[in-house]
Amino acid sequence: MTSEIRAAIRGFVLAFVKDDLLDDDENMFELGYVNSLFAMQLVMFVEKTYGFSVPRDDLKLSNFQSIDAIVALVEERLGSAR
Amino acid sequence: MDFETIGVVGAGVMGRGVAQTLAAHGMRVVLLDREPDILDAARDEIAQSLRLTGLFGKAIDDIPAVLDRIVTDTDYAQLERADFVVENITEKEEWKAAIYPVMDCVCRPGVIFAANTSCLSITRIASWTGRPDRVLGMHFMNPVPLKPVVEVIRGVHTRDDTLDQARVFLAQMRKRAVVVNDMPGFVSNRVLMPTINEAIWVVQDQVAPPESVDRIFQSCFGHAMGPLATGDLIGLDTILLSLENLYAAYGDPKFRPCPLLRKMVDAGFLGRKSGKGFFEYS
Repeated sequence: MTSEIRAAIRGFVLAFVKDDLLDDDENMFELGYVNSLFAMQLVMFVEKTYGFSVPRDDLKLSNFQSIDAIVALVEERLGSAR
Repeated sequence: MDFETIGVVGAGVMGRGVAQTLAAHGMRVVLLDREPDILDAARDEIAQSLRLTGLFGKAIDDIPAVLDRIVTDTDYAQLERADFVVENITEKEEWKAAIYPVMDCVCRPGVIFAANTSCLSITRIASWTGRPDRVLGMHFMNPVPLKPVVEVIRGVHTRDDTLDQARVFLAQMRKRAVVVNDMPGFVSNRVLMPTINEAIWVVQDQVAPPESVDRIFQSCFGHAMGPLATGDLIGLDTILLSLENLYAAYGDPKFRPCPLLRKMVDAGFLGRKSGKGFFEYS
């Protein structure tokens, strides 16, 4: 389950970032790879793919800055829904 | 507040961003478009975008209150209430030319018209009204709520106090102006378009692939986005059109579009909106 989520998120991110060497814990925004438009698309991708709405308190850039952070957010939401 | 009710004409990408920003900063907005469907879509997208505001700073506490400040309508007579008007319709001269006389007729005398354009002559737009001294350009950047500075263009007849009031208006939206004079492409496009064009020449000449070109701008110069990804975002057809307009305006070969750009547009590789440009988008 985790590896599927990670692969899907990595696939989405790399379609924009174009850097196979991006580590899952690297901050994409600090690397200058992505911008605010991407952040919005990322939130919408996550919500659509996993069928939940990110609550207001979790809508912050730190939850979307790296592949690790996004995976953690998705797992937490899916876990709490179960 | 000096300006309480703002007319926003055109509910496409830019009009939505302007309307959202105004309402989020306490102004009342009359958002107009010819198409009811576009107005409905605008309301949905503004609601979604307001929800995501917390990603980039302070979250908005009362989203329904912000949305309540936006009235949508297809009837331009609603503009009679406006204290200031921002026009954002598609960058086709004949479309804009059709709407300014209507705005001029409906709006109170002295109300300022800000034309949101990246390329059209502000002096010419002003000539379609009986108030050329109250017309100026406001080139907002996308996404509007996140971009703190607006390129403001002074036409030949724009009065000093029109610019002063425009600054006050922008400050109400928590934005600042950089004022420039009216020449084709202003500053932004006159510099950006040849830059994107030259990046395309570099790819055509096989100096480097698109990934490498953009990496140099992002990682070496600290640009948020490389020139080719910027072209893909704006739309390669728009880039071609802008270069053709600049070329026609100045007659200067430095604006001649790269053949590879023409080829990509002919092939339907228009960038992000078509799923493929210099990069692929799923």
